[in-house]
Amino acid sequence: MGLTFSEKVLSRKAGRTVRAGDVITVAPDYYLSHDNSSAIIGEFKKLGLKKVVAPGKIVIVLDHIVPAADEKYAQNHKVIREFVAEQGIPNFYDIQAGVCHQVFSEASFALPGRVIMGSDSHTTTYGAFGAFSAGIGRTETASLWATDEIWLRVPETLRIELSGKPPHGVYAKDIILKIIGDLGADRANYEAVEFAGPAAADLSLASRMVLTNMAAEMGAKNGYFEPDDKTLEWLRARAKGDYEIVRSDPDATYEAILEYDVTALEPQIACPHTVDNVKPVTAVAGKTFDQALIGTCTNGRLEDLEVAARIFKGKKIHPRVRTLILPASREVYLDALKKGLIEIFLEAGCVMLNPGCGPCLGAHEGILAPGEVVVGTSNRNFKGRMGGRDSEIYLASPATVAASALEGKITDPRMYL
Amino acid sequence: MSKGKVWKYGDDVNTDVIYAGKYTYQQLQPEEMAAHALEDLDPGFAKAVKPGDVIVAGKNFGCGSSREQAAACLRAAGVQAVVAESFARIYFRNAINLGLPVLQCAEAVDQLKSGNDVEIDFAGGKILSGGRVFTFPPLPESVIGILAAGGLLEWTKKKLNIK
Repeated sequence: MGLTFSEKVLSRKAGRTVRAGDVITVAPDYYLSHDNSSAIIGEFKKLGLKKVVAPGKIVIVLDHIVPAADEKYAQNHKVIREFVAEQGIPNFYDIQAGVCHQVFSEASFALPGRVIMGSDSHTTTYGAFGAFSAGIGRTETASLWATDEIWLRVPETLRIELSGKPPHGVYAKDIILKIIGDLGADRANYEAVEFAGPAAADLSLASRMVLTNMAAEMGAKNGYFEPDDKTLEWLRARAKGDYEIVRSDPDATYEAILEYDVTALEPQIACPHTVDNVKPVTAVAGKTFDQALIGTCTNGRLEDLEVAARIFKGKKIHPRVRTLILPASREVYLDALKKGLIEIFLEAGCVMLNPGCGPCLGAHEGILAPGEVVVGTSNRNFKGRMGGRDSEIYLASPATVAASALEGKITDPRMYL
Repeated sequence: MSKGKVWKYGDDVNTDVIYAGKYTYQQLQPEEMAAHALEDLDPGFAKAVKPGDVIVAGKNFGCGSSREQAAACLRAAGVQAVVAESFARIYFRNAINLGLPVLQCAEAVDQLKSGNDVEIDFAGGKILSGGRVFTFPPLPESVIGILAAGGLLEWTKKKLNIK
C-alpha cells in the first residue's frame, strides 16, 4: 500500500516507514518565527542555555507590526535584533522585507520535500511548493531552538481534486472560499490537504499559495500541491540548496477524496464572523462598507495587484471608502512599481502601506472603529480581529474587493473585467 | 480534585476572541493577560471567572492563530480545564505545552450548562457534575510526558539535563 506525500516526507525524516496516526520525533529543516521571536527568546532564556543548537535553521522575519507602532513593539524588535547578532543567526529579515510567508518563499526556504515548522498558523502556505509545513506555538519554537526536535503526529490526508476552468472573474480565492464554505472551519482539523487535478495544475504558484495559506482556515496541519514545471521554473531562479520532490503514491490511502468542478463557480465572499460563512458575492451585493484592504500573505502578490490595478485604472475609489494596498513583500512592491501599478493605485485614491501584516491582525495601520465594515483579501474575519468588537470583516478576491471599492458597496467584479 | 463552575460557549471559538491580536505582540504579565481573556466573546468573563472554573465549548475550540496566549490567558485566569467536542490542532498543542488540560468529551458538552458545578478527576478520566459522570479518553502518550513534566519547557530542561 502506497504512502501519501506527508507520510513519505515524515518517513524520510523519521528514518522508518510511518503512516497516518503514528507519532514521531523529527528534526525539521527550518523553523520560522516573526515578531513573536521576542516572546520565544524569553521562553528560550528560561531554559538557561547560552546558544541555540542550529542557528542556520532559524528564519526570522519581522512583519507583524512594522515599522514598530509604539515603544513596546520597538523594544520587542530591538530584543530580536540583539539576539540575532549574539547567536549568529544568518537568516534574519528586518522590517523592510515583507510578510514572513512571502519572504520565506521568495528566499526559497520553501523547497519541495522540506519539513518546516513555523510559529504562525499560516505556515501551511509552503505546501504550494511541495514542502511539508505546519504551524506551532512559541514555546515549541523555543524548544526547537534548544533541541532541534519536535514531536509530530503523521496526519491523515484529505485530497481535493479540482477540475474544469474557472470562469472569467473567478480566482483562486473564490475556489478556496467555496471549499471552506462547503466543508466548514474544522473539516480538515489535524489533516493534510492535498490539492490535485487539472484545475490545480492550471493555477500559478501565487494562486496555489492562496489555497495552501487558507487551508489553515479549514483546520489543516499542512497543505500540498505536487511540484510540476511551474514549481521547477520558480525554483530554477531561486533555490539555494538541494531538494527532492516528494509525491504521493498512486495507491496512497486518503481519509477522503473530494471533487470540485470550478467551471460554474461564481465569485465568493466570506461574511462575518467566520471564514466558513461563505456566500456568492451576488447574495450580499449592495452592502455598503468603510474600508477596503487589498494585499496580505493571502492575496498580496503581483497577480493580485495586477487584477486590482486593471479594475482601478483611470477610475476613482468611492469617496466613502478608504482603500489600503498592502503588497506581500518588498519584491512584490518593487515589481508593481516597475509595472506602473502603484501610480494607478495612488491616482485612484488608494493608500499604499509598507509590506507586512498591516491591519490584518488588528494591531496597527487601519484599525476599524466600532460598527465599521471592511471588505478585504485577507484570510480571517473573526469578530473584532481588525478593531472594534462590533466591526465586520468580509473576505473576497482582489477583483471583488477592487470592484467593491469603486462602487462603495459589495460588488460582483465580473462587470469590471 | 478542584471544583468550579461551567462557562459554556458554542462551536469554533477562535483565538482572536479568546485573546485579541492587539495584545498578542505586547508582552503582558499573566494577570494582565487574564484580564483580557475572552474579551471579544464574553466581556463579563474575565471579571467573574474563579479559580477552578471550567470552559465547556463545542467543536474546533481555539481555531485560528497560533498565539499561545490564547491558552496562557485562560490558565492565568484560573481555568482548570477546557472541555470541548474537539480542539483546533495548534491550540491543542499549545495548551498541553503550557500545562492547560484540554479534554475532549462530547457528552459533557451536550449536557453541561453555564453555571453548573463541576469537578474534574484527571487521573480517573472523569468529569463530575450534579451526580452525572462523564468520561473522557486518556490523552495521547506522547503528550502525557510533557504534561507530567509541567509543560514543554520543563520537559525540555529534563531532556537536556538542565537543572
